[in-house]
Amino acid sequence: MMEKKTLAPRDAEWREELRAAMPAKERMALPRVKMRELDPADRIAQPTAEVNMGLTPEQAVAEATRCLDCPSPRCVTGCPVSIDIPGFIKNIQRGDVAEAVKVLRATSALPAVCGRVCPQEKQCESKCIYHASKREPVAIGYLERFAADSALDTEALPPAPAVAPVGAVKVAVIGSGPAGLSFAGDMAARGYAVTVFEALHEIGGVLKYGIPEFRLPNAIVDAEIAALKARGVEFVKDVVVGKTVTLDDLEELGFKGVFVGSGAGLPRFMGIPGENLVGVMSCNEYLTRINLMGAGREGFDTPVMRGKRVAVIGGGNTAMDAVRTARRMGAEEAIVVYRRSIEEMPARVEEVHHARQEGVTFMTLHNPLEYLADENGRVKAMKLQRMELGEPDESGRRSPVPVEGAVEEVPVDLVIVSVGVSPNPLVPNSVKGLDVSRRGTIVVNEETMQSSIPTLFAGGDIVRGGATVILAMGDGRRAAGAMDRTLRGE
Amino acid sequence: MAKILTKEHFSEHVVKLVVEAPLIARSRRPGHFVIVRATEGGERIPLTIADADVKAGTVTLVVQEVGESTRKICALEPGEELIDIVGPLGQATHIERVGTVVCCGGGVGVAPLLPIIKAMKQAGNRVISVLAARTADLVILEDEVAPWSDEVIVMTDDGSRGRKGLVTAGVEEVIKREKVDQVVTIGPAVMMKFVAELTRRYNVPTMCSLNTIMVDGTGMCGACRVSVDGRTRFVCIEGPEFDAHKVDFDEMMTRLRSFK
Repeated sequence: MMEKKTLAPRDAEWREELRAAMPAKERMALPRVKMRELDPADRIAQPTAEVNMGLTPEQAVAEATRCLDCPSPRCVTGCPVSIDIPGFIKNIQRGDVAEAVKVLRATSALPAVCGRVCPQEKQCESKCIYHASKREPVAIGYLERFAADSALDTEALPPAPAVAPVGAVKVAVIGSGPAGLSFAGDMAARGYAVTVFEALHEIGGVLKYGIPEFRLPNAIVDAEIAALKARGVEFVKDVVVGKTVTLDDLEELGFKGVFVGSGAGLPRFMGIPGENLVGVMSCNEYLTRINLMGAGREGFDTPVMRGKRVAVIGGGNTAMDAVRTARRMGAEEAIVVYRRSIEEMPARVEEVHHARQEGVTFMTLHNPLEYLADENGRVKAMKLQRMELGEPDESGRRSPVPVEGAVEEVPVDLVIVSVGVSPNPLVPNSVKGLDVSRRGTIVVNEETMQSSIPTLFAGGDIVRGGATVILAMGDGRRAAGAMDRTLRGE
Repeated sequence: MAKILTKEHFSEHVVKLVVEAPLIARSRRPGHFVIVRATEGGERIPLTIADADVKAGTVTLVVQEVGESTRKICALEPGEELIDIVGPLGQATHIERVGTVVCCGGGVGVAPLLPIIKAMKQAGNRVISVLAARTADLVILEDEVAPWSDEVIVMTDDGSRGRKGLVTAGVEEVIKREKVDQVVTIGPAVMMKFVAELTRRYNVPTMCSLNTIMVDGTGMCGACRVSVDGRTRFVCIEGPEFDAHKVDFDEMMTRLRSFK
């Protein structure tokens, strides 16, 4: 299997030399690198400019030097796709960024994406040995991004094969988000003829419609997609599998296996009065209008409401994306309303930090009860219930309980509801005999991602109901391995 | 990409486009819709499918110019292409032999009604079609509706064609005259609201097809949500057809004015 192959063995001579070059104590005294950031004052004027500006080569080498190159690196155990982290970091340190990229690409289909949007502080970096001595962990995410970006700048893409290898087995992918792209990349590398079907008019799924450009530029996603095309992956837009074509059609067209990565389609609402008022919308709608449809930009026809006082309900990464977008779209006040305290907030620390820099207000320990309308049916205020933290719930977080009588009315002219999503029912509903959970997710074997239909595999949010880019990619990877074994009759 | 094969003007602001879309033509059923984008940078606009030809691999769309995006679609000429078309989306109409069905359409709502009229007739129903418009020029598809209808009643606001009066007058006349087992109504929200109010009084089951604002059309954005029987429903994946007696049309009309 691909992931077993070691591209950068720890006992290689150059690596031993690097380890010997500086004592661990000296390495550990080096300060963690600071990511260069776009000045908060410039972010409104350049709404699509990326906030994190990446490391300079000098910064990258300095940060890579901090890595102790542990004999049994714990960081790798924190990575859902088990990237050989010291392997790529030490290549950066010795100045061979191209080799670092090879190490990354061996395990990750989208390193430039992961380097930006993975919650490293909860994954690889949370396991870093530096924590043991109360030091800041090695900035693995920044380094991953550094290496992947240099490849996007300079890497000559391998020539695209005109057609898939003769006799290549055809497999289909439903959805071009992180799960589908990761699966497609792995299967193409194994010599399969891969076709990815996307319902929207753009390839990339949530990477395009969901995550804003100031966090993940479309150009980065497009470069990753170009790399997949160069490896022979075909992309077909504007096809809804289950509607435009059925799974039976795909079988008839000669596809031997199907991977479903159709994502978490349906936005959830809270079911409180006033949620269908004009000016109350899902974060999916708000972000799709702006990110996918270009609302507010020259040359794009899709409209979007621009509130002066915008409330975003929820405390996840999508809520941070929405509230930071609102500031860029001209909101004078952009408020996060979250029912627990800032410590329980699921959003990445970095996102909260950036939101604060950008002037976002946080109303934690508040929960909306109702939205109030003006005479035209547009939202003009929200009624918020003050909360306090009670006993921990099953998730281990202290659950919020209402403070009796503490209800306040806050004027707003736009409300963006970001309280989670449900799986998209289009594919599950269209497949006979597919085992689907009560929540609407496709039931799979967790090891192989195989569904109740032996040739159908699934991963990402259609299985998990709402997770991260990297977990979706991990699913795609496992599914590729398992489908390959199934199709080869192992 | 979908090439426009023919274009016909029904009136100054209403065109019929026959568009190359073989996969959609094959899989669409009455009640389905598509999402189209006219040009790069264009909006995604939901349009109900008026007809399809599986052999020719085409679908027929009837488009009314109401804003910038529909103006761009209507401006396309045969040989030019819609940059995107995706579908068929939504749930197909439930077609069943129930007895007598009154199909009433207002304005361009007659276009999505046509395949339902056909299917209702083919299922063995007695079909009475009530076509309504402001004025004679805006009455569309009368000739296409006729062969599939036992009777066609045309209503215009100004009496310039058929009878003078609103669509509800035509429907009420039929209900008073004979037993009607089902009403299907497609048109402007306000028209469907009044049809629903009328048929509620007579206790005739009524199905409507809603044309709400959508972005993706696949369940993702929720822009299309409506209250049906007090529950929030998504028109794009649960609709576009609902029990007209349970739809909150006032809320729907307010939401349709979101960007006005």
